[in-house]
Amino acid sequence: MKFGVIVFPGSNCDRDVAYVTQTLLKLPTRMVWHEETDISDLDVVVIPGGFSYGDYLRCGALAQFSPVMGQVVEHAKQGKFILGICNGFQVLTEAGLLPGALVRNRDLHFICDRVPVKVERTDLPWTSAYSKGQLITLPIAHGEGNYYADADTLKALEDNHQVLFRYCTTTGEIDDTGNPNGSANNIAGICDRTGKILGMMPHPERASDPLLGSTDGMKLFEGLLHTMSVTA
Amino acid sequence: MIHKYQARIYVTLRPSVLDPAGVAVESGLKQLGYEGVEHVRIGKYIELMLCAANEDKAREQLDRICDQLLANPVIENYRFDLVEVAALIGASS
Repeated sequence: MKFGVIVFPGSNCDRDVAYVTQTLLKLPTRMVWHEETDISDLDVVVIPGGFSYGDYLRCGALAQFSPVMGQVVEHAKQGKFILGICNGFQVLTEAGLLPGALVRNRDLHFICDRVPVKVERTDLPWTSAYSKGQLITLPIAHGEGNYYADADTLKALEDNHQVLFRYCTTTGEIDDTGNPNGSANNIAGICDRTGKILGMMPHPERASDPLLGSTDGMKLFEGLLHTMSVTA
Repeated sequence: MIHKYQARIYVTLRPSVLDPAGVAVESGLKQLGYEGVEHVRIGKYIELMLCAANEDKAREQLDRICDQLLANPVIENYRFDLVEVAALIGASS
């Protein structure tokens, strides 16, 4: 299984992701500069966190027009895996690969913290190494992470069980006190209808090396790896 | 014949989208004593020049520009004013 990490001008979590897939998991990984137009060798595309194009206009708005994004859409059409983390999630919504939008945090602050997150669904590769309803702690670092979608879109997301991760309290309650940024339905991460495209604001790659105090994020990569190796 | 226009584009958050920056500014204004101020909403203002065969074509092009990039229809609305540049020069001289 080969990973590709897209690098836009302003991406800054690209090497953190590559560190996890290449150094920790020993998987073939290459960095993909945003001007590349052939990514057909990749099985999993990761759009990392950062501030692509300086977050000009809107977060992720300009990245969607990078040459490589046409290939990312093609990659999606082929039913291959795409993971957008933080700014990558914003890019995926701007590109229309995931519904909704990420707007400014409810309380205006840029939040850099570790927050409890509940795993809502474990029948997809992304979350297969977690247990259903499991509480994990993941780092977040964003100013625009407030997930917004209109009522119909939210209903469709819930009806189709597309919410994979929700912010919660330390005891697992899904309520306002456990919602750091004001996200609709406490949404921290969603997938598309096929389950192949995942966008999430928390950073699993920053919780993968035991040296950093938590490996709660590593299970996301391990689950994907395991599923792929079983089905391959 | 090609006409040149200046577009003044206003991008605003849809009413259903929370605008915490607007709320913060409103509370600042109230602290300054402007008690009557309410519903502060912060948007974007964009100017650009464009060439088109006529005003209808210019408007069509601007709609596409706004839908594709300048505004995100999920969270934002837009409107624009269009001024033909020749008229603009005439008015300012």
